[in-house]
Amino acid sequence: MILLLCAFVGGLLFGLGLWISGMSDPQKVLNFLDVYGTWDPSLLFVLGGAVAVTSVSFRLILRRKQALLNTPFGLSAKTAVDRSLIFGAGLFGIGWGLAGYCPGPGLTSLTTLSTEPLVFVAAMSVGALLQRFTQNLRESSCG
Amino acid sequence: MTVVNFTPAAALTGGVLIGVAAVWLLLVNGKIAGISGIFNGVLMPVKGDLAWRAAFVIGLLVAGAVYQSAIGGLVAPRAGVSFGLVALAGLLVGWGTRLGSGCTSGHGVCGLGRLSVRSLAAVLTFLLTGMVTVFVVRHTLGGVL
Repeated sequence: MILLLCAFVGGLLFGLGLWISGMSDPQKVLNFLDVYGTWDPSLLFVLGGAVAVTSVSFRLILRRKQALLNTPFGLSAKTAVDRSLIFGAGLFGIGWGLAGYCPGPGLTSLTTLSTEPLVFVAAMSVGALLQRFTQNLRESSCG
Repeated sequence: MTVVNFTPAAALTGGVLIGVAAVWLLLVNGKIAGISGIFNGVLMPVKGDLAWRAAFVIGLLVAGAVYQSAIGGLVAPRAGVSFGLVALAGLLVGWGTRLGSGCTSGHGVCGLGRLSVRSLAAVLTFLLTGMVTVFVVRHTLGGVL
């Protein structure tokens, strides 16, 4: 139960950060990506602020054997810069640039009950499910 | 290029809070705050690995409501593009983040925090394709979409 409460607090803080920083505003994101036109450099400060905190703290935290709630650290062991990574990140960037939503802002905006984030999150779910479906197909056909 | 709506103080404050949230989740729960990955684990659950993910996503949702009530008004996000384009964007984001194992939070906030070269490659890639997409849509198609 405490584990769930702490995960909830993590999501809550993360979401508030998205709102306060302006990251939840798709117009702001689109302007950040519009270096050629109306550029809004703010998101550099969002990422900079966040990475300043994580880069210092993660190193210290990962010296521990396990997390405070005695759970093991769930980290990705992948290190290869492979085709899936680049292709996937590339497609994600195109989607991000089309409407200015990435997953976090899309999700935390659902509670505004406006249609745009709802359409975005629904389509994002379909996209992820389709990706799994085709990946399964490919894996099963390759034996 | 014209610089518009530059809000460095709010951006930095929110950014630090996002970092603190990621640190909290790793330190306390031992998990990486990668939102696409966490959400996909709710969408396609694996036995015994659903509850914390759902709790995190609920936290994200509640954050929206808390923020709205704190500022005493509704800020409905609007990209200002057609719903068809928003849907296409969602499909690409869902597909791409699952194939590429992460989004702005997982590769950006957490991966860069771990000094992961893999995440750096992902971040540079999605920044590049994002910027190219905005360039094409805003400056060559001129609002045709």
